[in-house]
Order: sequence, then structure tokens, then C-alpha cells
Amino acid sequence: MGSESAATIPITVDFSGGLEMLFDNQRRYLISLPVTDESGKAANIAFLIEHLCKHYMKDPRADLFVLDGHIRPGILVLINDADWELEGEEAYEIKSKDNILFVSTLHGG
Amino acid sequence: MAGETKDNSLPKNGLLSARSSDGKFSRRLTDDEFDRYSRQMIVPGMGREGQLRLIESRLLIIGAGGLGCPAAQYIAGAGVGTIGIVDGDIVEASNLHRQVGHATSRLGMKKVDSLITHLKALNPLPTYIPYDFQLTPQNAADIISQYDLVLDCTDHPITRYLISDICVLTQKPLVSAAAVQKSGQLTVLNCPPAPQGLVDGEYPPCYRCCFRKPPPPSSMVSCGEAGIMGPVVGMMGMAQAGEAIKILASGLHLPPPTSDDNTAPPLERNLARPTLLIYTYDLDSAVGPYSFRALKMGGRKKNCFACGEGSTLTLDGIKTGNPDYVQFCSAPTINVRLPPEQRITAVAYHAAKEKGELPAHILVDTREKEHFSFGSLEGAVNMPFGRFLMNAAAVKRTGGSARDLLPTGAADGDAPIFVVCRTGQDSQETVEKLRELGLDNGGQRKIVDIMGGLRAWKQDVDPTFPFI
Ligand SMILES: [Zn+2]
Repeated sequence: MGSESAATIPITVDFSGGLEMLFDNQRRYLISLPVTDESGKAANIAFLIEHLCKHYMKDPRADLFVLDGHIRPGILVLINDADWELEGEEAYEIKSKDNILFVSTLHGG
Repeated sequence: MAGETKDNSLPKNGLLSARSSDGKFSRRLTDDEFDRYSRQMIVPGMGREGQLRLIESRLLIIGAGGLGCPAAQYIAGAGVGTIGIVDGDIVEASNLHRQVGHATSRLGMKKVDSLITHLKALNPLPTYIPYDFQLTPQNAADIISQYDLVLDCTDHPITRYLISDICVLTQKPLVSAAAVQKSGQLTVLNCPPAPQGLVDGEYPPCYRCCFRKPPPPSSMVSCGEAGIMGPVVGMMGMAQAGEAIKILASGLHLPPPTSDDNTAPPLERNLARPTLLIYTYDLDSAVGPYSFRALKMGGRKKNCFACGEGSTLTLDGIKTGNPDYVQFCSAPTINVRLPPEQRITAVAYHAAKEKGELPAHILVDTREKEHFSFGSLEGAVNMPFGRFLMNAAAVKRTGGSARDLLPTGAADGDAPIFVVCRTGQDSQETVEKLRELGLDNGGQRKIVDIMGGLRAWKQDVDPTFPFI
């Protein structure tokens, strides 16, 4: 469990609209995501979100990204450039080379 | 329409051509119009017919700021016939780096008057209509209903949701943009417009379909607080103008010729699913100077509050305060109200502690660690709320031990737990969550919220407390 030899999926994760500030001001991460979560379920977006919070978030204000265990309102999630609602949202099972973009909606003008 | 007045400059795919034939575009362009607009009319896809459509169109720009100024310049330049502008603000010096329709000589002037001064110098032909007050639920429908298309150039979710709702009910296309700091966003909504409630087939989304809930107020940044680069917001405003000109010139805003009030032809998928354009500008690194991304959004949502099936949203309702936009955009996402026996005031906690009436207990402070580091109550342990929620969700999902959520040593025994946060909301949620996870040991262990948080503590108990 948790050994380096465990199978992983290579993906890219992008942050935009200010969310990059929560992730060390880095807009793109190349991530090797474990193929399954702790309970053996195939890695999905919900797992990715948890994984990001645990291993990549550099800002203690987790609630700017996650509220009550889910992505907070006002953040769009795009899977390979399409709204995640077209793909099954948190249940979408992540595939090799997927691009997942988290973007916070802006209101200024 | 007579054969010789037709030109082949508009795209002739089904929808556009269906909307492009009605007789009023047979008038001649004046010499002035011809000179002024010739360079855009010769662009394939525009033509004389497209230009006449622009001249016949009425466009409303809501917000005369960083988006509205550049958008208005190109809208006026292109010859849109009637241009309404809504804004209640006055021109300030801090606006000028991005709000290019104003001028140093017009500081203190109403923004709408200042911008119209600029636009008239650029192109005196259009009719300009100023609305020098804020858009409100009471006046929005009366204004918006007089136009063919709306540009949302405002800077707050309250107006964004209001504008979208009115556009759904009055069937107006909405070109929406926003920008903060170094990023901008743009999307075309409700275009071509379809009656509220139609969901069989593909129809375009409204603002609520794409952005169902506003972000919590704590996470929202405005240009005033976070700053904004002029070219970033300018680029978005210009892109709004570009989309608006395209829609008006091609007649996409017009109801299809054969429809009665309750139908609209289902759209090709492509049209019903708009693109969200994201522009990111980089000040920090030479590696990625800028990026544009075009993202595919979904179509109209069946369960959308505004445009979906069985929606109860009405113009009368909006006028009389239903929905309450201020409430919608300021309410915390989860609003817990604990029963009185699970709460104690800051004053009562302090008094009981001073008198030695409090049993040995654990005091948990759920603020972020930066806040905690500036000062905390005696004996408090820090358990940042964001992390706690995340960990709690992980426990629920994977069935780990809830006891590990509490700070070291706090999980054992039945000593009461008091929870304090900054202003009294997070602490209530924490109390509720801890009980949900069984950490009250089946009621053996008291878990209590200190009401009003450290703000109340500073106000009612210790005015010297370093509250940030
Ligand atoms: Zn909708």
C-alpha cells in the first residue's frame, strides 16, 4: 500500500482564475495518480481532488478549493476541455493523459 | 425579398438563412455609412445585409467600466444603431488605466455620460441612451426588454444572476465576460434565445446553467481588492463586442420566423453548447507569456432554476424580491443553526471559566493557522476548518477512524469539547460534523459551540484580543 511501485496514471492538472495561488502559484502539474484509491476503487475526480489537497495544496485555506468534501461553488472543473457535467462529474474515472482544469469563475469587470 | 437585393455575404447554413430574410434590409446605406463601415462590410460573412442589421439593432451595455469601455468603442465604431449604457458610478482616477472610454478631464462625471461623450466623438451616427443609475431587480426588465442583446460588463455576481434571469425571461442573448488580476473569461449565453422551460432537445444555457451557485463571499475577489491588468480586462471587453457584432449581424438574436411563442426549433448541438474562453496572462514567468483556452460548456440544464423545466421564475417575482439576489450571493453555503444546549456565549464561557465552574475540557480553534498564530484563547488547540472538512470527507468516503480527525490527545475520554472559530459559523459546522461522526460518544461527550467566535470574544469579553 502506498509503495512507489504501485501503478499510476499520468495526467496533467491545471489551475486558473486565481486557484493557482493555492497550489504554490504553479498553474500546471504533471501528476502520477494512483490507479485506485485506498479502498481499491478506480481513481475518479473525487479521489483526484482529495489527492491534490493532500499532496499538492500549499495553502492552508483548503476551503477556497473544497467545501464539505466537494469542490466549492464557483469552481468549474473541465475534463479534457469540456465541462465535467458532460462527463459524470466526481464519478468520472480518470484515464491516462487526461487534462483536468480547475478554474474559479471570475466576477470582476 | 427581391432577388437583386440579396447578397451572398452571410453564411447560408439553415438557421442563419432562416433568420436573415425579412424585407426591411432593402434600404440603401447613406454615403456616410458607406464610407464609415466599408472596411468591415467587405469582410466575408459581414456584407451590406449584416451592416444593415447592425444599424437596425439595439444593444445594451450594463457596466461602463473595464469591460464596458472597450466593448462600447467597438460596438459604436461598428455602427450598432442604438446603444444603451447602464452605470450609476462616477469616473475616478483609479479607473483610467483600463476604462479607456473615460478621460482625465472627465473625472467626477457620471460614467455613462463620460463614455457617451467619447463614443459620440468616435461615431455620431448611433443613438446613445444613458441610464445613469444602477440596475436593480425593479428596473432591470423595463430596460432590458427594449434591447436585442445584452452585454454583461458588471463586476458582481448579484447583477450577473439578475441580468441572466431577465435575459431568460425576455429571451435576449447575453454576452458575459469577467476579469480579475491576470485572467479573463468570456461566454455567450442564451443564444439563440429559446422560451423558458423548453428542455426537449438542445437549447443554449443561461448563466445559472453554467454557474449554478455563486462562490462564497469569502472567496470572491473584486478588481478593487485584487487588482486588474488593463489589457486583460480590455481584451475580454473587445471579445464581447466581437461576439455581439457577430450575433446581431447574422440575426441570431431574432426569433425564428415561423415560431409562435411556445416553440423554438431545437438547435444543432454545436450552437447549443457555448464556448467558455479563458485568457490567462503571466506576469511572473517568461515561460508562459499568455494562454487562451476554449472550453466546451454544457447546454440548457433540465433542472435550471431560471430556464429549466417547470421554472417558477417570473418578471413579476423578480420585481417583488423573489428570488432575493443579495441573499443568494451572500449566504454561507451551509447554514447550520445548532440547538441552544449545544451553544454557549463568549461571555458565559468566560464567566464559567473564571469562576472555576468549567470542567476540564478541550478547546478547539478552527481558524486557519495564520489567524491562530496572531493570538488564541488560553489552552486552545488549532484544527483548521478547511483541512478538517477535507479529512472528515475522506473518513466518510474510505471509512477511516474519525478519532484521528481531532488534535492529538483530544479524542480520548468524555471531557467536553468547546469549539471556537473566527465569527461563529465554521464552529457550528464543526460541532455538527463531529457529532455526525460519532465523536460525541453517543451523547456521553458534550460538544459545544462558542457563539459568535472570537469576534464576539473581542467585542464582549476582551477588547485587547488580536482579532484579524
Ligand atoms: Zn439556465
